[in-house]
Amino acid sequence: MTKLYLYARFERFWHWTQAGLIIWLMITGFEIHGEYELLGFGRAVQIHTLLAWALMVLWVFAIFWHLTTGAFRHYLPSNPLPQCAKSLAEVARYYALGTFLGEKHPFRKSVEAKHNPLQRMAYLLFFATLVAPVIWVSGLAYLFYPQWQGQGPGWLSLGTVAIVHTAAAFGMLIFFIAHVYMATMGKTVFSLIRGMITGYEEVEH
Amino acid sequence: MSCSRIIPGGLLLAGLLLWLPLAAATDAGSGIPASTADHGKFEVLQGPFESGPEVTRACLTCHTEAARQLHRTKHWTWEYQHPETGQVLGKKHEPNVFCGSILSNYPRCTSCHIGYGWEDASFDFSSEENVDCLACHDTTGTYSKFPTDAGHPLYADRMVKGKLVQAPDLAQVAQHVGMTSRETCGACHFSGGGHDGVKHGDLDSSLIEPDQALDVHMAADGLDFTCATCHTSDRHQVDGSRYRMTAKDGHGVDIPGRDDGRASCESCHGDRPHAADHDKLNDHTDRVACQTCHIPEFARGGIATKTFWDWSTATRLDENGKPITRLDEHGHAVYLSTKGDFRFGENVQPEYHWFNGTVKYTRFGDAIDPDQVVSVNDIEGSADDPDSRIWPFKVMRGRQPYDKVTNTLLVTHVFGKDDTALWTNFDWSRALGAGMAEAVAVGEVTQPFSGEYGFVDNRMFWPITHMVAPAGEALGCAECHSQDGRLANLEGVYIPGRDAFGILDTIGWIVVVLTLLGALAHGIARFLVKRKPREA
Repeated sequence: MTKLYLYARFERFWHWTQAGLIIWLMITGFEIHGEYELLGFGRAVQIHTLLAWALMVLWVFAIFWHLTTGAFRHYLPSNPLPQCAKSLAEVARYYALGTFLGEKHPFRKSVEAKHNPLQRMAYLLFFATLVAPVIWVSGLAYLFYPQWQGQGPGWLSLGTVAIVHTAAAFGMLIFFIAHVYMATMGKTVFSLIRGMITGYEEVEH
Repeated sequence: MSCSRIIPGGLLLAGLLLWLPLAAATDAGSGIPASTADHGKFEVLQGPFESGPEVTRACLTCHTEAARQLHRTKHWTWEYQHPETGQVLGKKHEPNVFCGSILSNYPRCTSCHIGYGWEDASFDFSSEENVDCLACHDTTGTYSKFPTDAGHPLYADRMVKGKLVQAPDLAQVAQHVGMTSRETCGACHFSGGGHDGVKHGDLDSSLIEPDQALDVHMAADGLDFTCATCHTSDRHQVDGSRYRMTAKDGHGVDIPGRDDGRASCESCHGDRPHAADHDKLNDHTDRVACQTCHIPEFARGGIATKTFWDWSTATRLDENGKPITRLDEHGHAVYLSTKGDFRFGENVQPEYHWFNGTVKYTRFGDAIDPDQVVSVNDIEGSADDPDSRIWPFKVMRGRQPYDKVTNTLLVTHVFGKDDTALWTNFDWSRALGAGMAEAVAVGEVTQPFSGEYGFVDNRMFWPITHMVAPAGEALGCAECHSQDGRLANLEGVYIPGRDAFGILDTIGWIVVVLTLLGALAHGIARFLVKRKPREA
């Protein structure tokens, strides 16, 4: 067992701030969508907008950090494609079966490779294709609707923007549930979460 | 107490009372009237005057162009050619859902005309002396046009229903003319439809001395606007039209030289009037009229407005053949043999529709579908029209007579001492025959009454724009952004909080629940399995 420093201070700050922002974006967003009444429509809109701007600022920093530190590599496929599919299948098998049989996780974390192939793929597909551009573009279009209405193509109405944004929000909620659950799948229920707080994680070698 | 002591006191009191209207127009402290002319000093106004036209002749000796200016206004012509629809409108032509039409009912209806003696279709619209200056410029509050005298005031005291009604002192009124006031405008505009508050719903005598809650602009203890503060005028042409409204004022704040009239909210407030921390509200002004949020209810001043008028039940008489009057607990007539059934409303929530300012009428000759609700006036606009905004309306509903053969609305001869007037004879056929005969005579329609009549459901749109509440009482977001909110039935636009996407939402929530269940099942399975001893 080795203790590895996997998550830098900014990375943890970014992760947890983003988590908080997204949780409240979902709470206020689904209220705006009319699912329930909690804060009141007006306040929900105000807070949702503020949180969105905060998250955008955070993303600017996060992108800058990932590019300058090279950390973005953790989100790219680790191997050439054929091997990639194989290692993906291994990880998937582990979650579906191996974990119940007491098997060891097929992936070994290291400072150079923090994410297993499934994580890489999930983050890449999810954040690179769902969050950006779908949530951001539809969200910004929603926010600035009064400025562009009547100027876009005929099919692009507030309704279209809203349906895309809502679909993306459901995607976010589903990802969120799966993500939180997967976070309990370390050695103990809280071992991975602890690592995301302290930065250190115990890794078997 | 002897008479000698009462009389000087009485004179003093009378003198003070007479002084009151003048004092109102006097610059405090200086003792000089705000106007540059003290009309009391003009010889030509000393009187006595026998009639209204005589007063006008005196006015015209100085205001030589006034009558010719008036002749060009809707206040005089009661006629308006709509530049977009091409329809010739105005009170003189258009039908309404109240008393129907002025045709054949002139002396009663034209008591609100700014002229004297419009008794029938032969009225001389070029007459200068028949312009009524006092109707708008009286400051004494004593001048009024008698309701049935075709625009004339009383010239001698008259007994009306057992009460003595005094004729105004025309010389006294003439010497105290001044700017228009809420009282002078209100004399007609508050009492449209025959009584206080009946027609508009957002205009009634509660606006003569409103508090801030009723009208934040006109509040006597606040800004104290008169009608003319917003309804500015040039050459007696008053800004603001209900045939062609400025439903969306693209000019913003009016600047001299670019002024297109001040009778819109934007003329003073611009089109982004809310503070920066409410910037989202500013985003609404392109699609939502200010009135929609800022006039949450109309008829708020304690005076009920008529909301429904069913003519079909009129003419029922009691067992003695006498007309029936039924009042509700507030003293409003809910049934009259002369007029039928009524409903009233106070603090009424408006209905909301897209509106681009253009109002189109179903005129007397126009074909109607008696199986449908007839929009006696229809408002134009839609979500796709960038000049349209969501506007609040009083929608006046009821039933009115139509011709079963020609399928057109009918003119009812309601008023008069002759044996064809509905209010005298309670005979629909003769009243409609007489009304339509007049409509044919003046060229309003070509086909006379066929003799077969029925009643058709109708509605009429009255844009709500007065009785602006203080900002704190404006509508909250959820009033519209909710599923059963005020805009529940508004079409053509996606409203967050109101609209959802049935299938997407259903699928979305199903997948969310499945994900949760999957995680739960996976977790429970893990927990159960882990308690078993591991195989090495």
